[in-house]
Amino acid sequence: MTFTGWLTIFGFAVILTALAMPLGSYMAAVYSGRRTFADRVLGVPERFLYRVLRVDPTQGQDWKAYGRSVILFSLAGWLLLYLILRTQTLWSFTGLNPQGFHSAPWDVTFNTTSSYVTNTNWQYYGGETTMSYFSQMAGLTVQNFVSAATGIAVAVALIRGIVGRSGRSLGNFWQDLVRTVLYVLLPISVVFSLVLISQGTIQTLSTYVTAHGLTGLSQVIALGPVASQEAIKLLGTNGGGFFNVNSAHPFENPTGFTNLVEMLLVLVIPAALVFTYGRMTGSRRQGYAIYTTMMLMFLGAAIVAYVAEAHGSPAQHAAGLHTGVIAGSSGGNMEGKDQRFGIAGSALFDVVTTVTSCGAVNSALESFTGIGGAVPFANLSASEVIFGGVGTGLYSILLYVLLAVFIGGLMVGRTPEYLGKKIEAREIKLTALGILVTPLAALFCTAMAVASSAGRQSISAVAAGGPQAFSETFYAYLSQANNNGSAFAGYTGFVQPVAGNVGSHGITFADLLGGLDMLFARFAPILFALAVAGSLAGKRVSPAGLGTMRTDNPTFVVLLIGVIVLVGALTFFPALLLGPIVQGLTGRLY
Amino acid sequence: MGIKREILTSVVAVLVLTLLLGVAYPLAITGIGQIAFPGNANGQLVYRHGRLVGSDLIGQSFATPVIDPRTGRIQTHDGIPVTTPDPRYFQTRPSGTTPPDNAAATTFANYGPNSRITERAIAANIRAYISLNGPYYPGGLTAARVPVDAADTSASGIDPDISIANADIQAHRVATVRHLPLAEVLRLVRTYTGGRGLGFVGNRTVNVLELNLALDRVSGGNR
Repeated sequence: MTFTGWLTIFGFAVILTALAMPLGSYMAAVYSGRRTFADRVLGVPERFLYRVLRVDPTQGQDWKAYGRSVILFSLAGWLLLYLILRTQTLWSFTGLNPQGFHSAPWDVTFNTTSSYVTNTNWQYYGGETTMSYFSQMAGLTVQNFVSAATGIAVAVALIRGIVGRSGRSLGNFWQDLVRTVLYVLLPISVVFSLVLISQGTIQTLSTYVTAHGLTGLSQVIALGPVASQEAIKLLGTNGGGFFNVNSAHPFENPTGFTNLVEMLLVLVIPAALVFTYGRMTGSRRQGYAIYTTMMLMFLGAAIVAYVAEAHGSPAQHAAGLHTGVIAGSSGGNMEGKDQRFGIAGSALFDVVTTVTSCGAVNSALESFTGIGGAVPFANLSASEVIFGGVGTGLYSILLYVLLAVFIGGLMVGRTPEYLGKKIEAREIKLTALGILVTPLAALFCTAMAVASSAGRQSISAVAAGGPQAFSETFYAYLSQANNNGSAFAGYTGFVQPVAGNVGSHGITFADLLGGLDMLFARFAPILFALAVAGSLAGKRVSPAGLGTMRTDNPTFVVLLIGVIVLVGALTFFPALLLGPIVQGLTGRLY
Repeated sequence: MGIKREILTSVVAVLVLTLLLGVAYPLAITGIGQIAFPGNANGQLVYRHGRLVGSDLIGQSFATPVIDPRTGRIQTHDGIPVTTPDPRYFQTRPSGTTPPDNAAATTFANYGPNSRITERAIAANIRAYISLNGPYYPGGLTAARVPVDAADTSASGIDPDISIANADIQAHRVATVRHLPLAEVLRLVRTYTGGRGLGFVGNRTVNVLELNLALDRVSGGNR
């Protein structure tokens, strides 16, 4: 461990907070329909889009209508993306398939399509050997934007339900979608794709080039329109890499500085939304309480991961390596990490992308030490509420807040209330379902995969036997259920002998199970969250009295952390024991 | 809204947003990027005597093919040419791609922390590093003195950088083989050592391709 390593972690937390607060206020204005400085420029395209879509943005939707719009829009997006990916060769006329790649098999495409539409970006394929530039741009990039916008829209709808004073309207999905894209995602993506290019991220439509190295070996270098996709991949907590090694690739993430920028891009909207929530509820302290909860859990995870990775792995020590800091090298477990990021930049990046549903990686999670690798597991086990995905994080933690309020109410023997609204049986049932469907999907799919020989086909050769095989299987379905998309990347659902997909085939079992896992665990919680919003929207607000449990003080922060940890531990502990904890507690090699 | 109208809206929304976000946006960024930062946008490609030799950002293998003495042809193993590190050049980190430093099909090695396979891979990397650099290093090298980045596989498989400790050890070999004073090689190492982002993020790194190109300018390259 080094001083600069610690400075990276804590400096990051400070910069993040400083950026998220103003963005949160701005987003509150965007979703409350207040004027912002951007109206003058963006008002015209906004109104144009409403006209083309033939929607009336002022028309409110109740939770069922809002949910229906979410589902239909996602379905239309799913169908178009599947079509684009399966007809990859047809689009060669655009000149955007310079390598002449064929389409991936149907089962892999099913998985990929479901993955992008659900904001997961789980990837069984490698970008530079599978996808044409056209597919990456017109297919995947678009879903990076709109799946993120959908998540934010649902979170905003839930906020409106919680603060709603009368009626059943949660706002208008089409308005929330259009405003999220135009006012939030697109401007930030434009600015930061240019920032990334200025630091070395590439953006070109040229074919791959062949270099002849200094010793005469030739090297084919894959290129592409990377920066435009990279910015939204992080900003929308999507995480699907342009290249197979994702943000470890120097063309995606060229320097230590871009690594910092990329981490900020991932967390800035999830963090800002918490402040947005404080603004929209009219009580900023509610936002600060949730922010504190998230930040404490986040820093805890980052510290554990950094210490574990700086210590080094049993395999390194068995091979005789010295993993301490020496002059000119920061030591630690550099297996599966790139030099420019170092231990702190790699450990922090992977905490950032696993607390959110981003799932981009800049190092090989599978090569993390047992404890360092247990951190992403723990983050996923907390169901993406520590900042979480854009929107998904906020609506998920609000469900936990309601649960904590309920448990707190039971402990003091009062009817639980949140922001003046009574939390009753119907809301708690929906909340509990909303919280439990994700773990249920993850555990069910993992059990199916480890118990069947079809599932075990996907396990990588380097992991065969031992706890690593269980870890990578469990992680695969946990990650897909949480719509995260990071991977212990040895686990595969795609066999591709050569680049370009000729002669390749999918592992149907893993592709379909994972695809269904993602779809179920995305849309079921969305519907439960909207139902809770609908149920709360109509409730009358009673003034806070002496006996009202406060939800904006340190006691509540502790209670909330307790509830999140408890739910995660109770659901996942047995499974975690079999994989990462065994790997972490023993120095034994398998 | 009726369900039919809603379906129509959904389809139109997906198509319109595809045009905006999937076509207009990336093409606009490509245009601006190509004009404002042409070098970066195209991958910081490096040419020497008009020939493309690589990219500053992409690690490459500084090895030469092994010729089979019996057949006179390049030896292969599973269809991949067998290579041996060229001692005149600084060497990049171990790579998990096939063949090493494959910039057209990147992949992690995915070596687990508690795996015998990992231990064997690391041990092999240590042996290779010691046999390449040990004879030139004063006092010789042991496993405990090998910097971790020289023995551990990189993430991208095309890591363009090595640690300063790694470069300093290799400098002894390169200086001897090229008949250059050690101080001069170390000076070049310092020249191509990058700082940390904002002064504190990431590691200080030595860019191997830039360093090797500079060496060739000083003492003559292959061709």
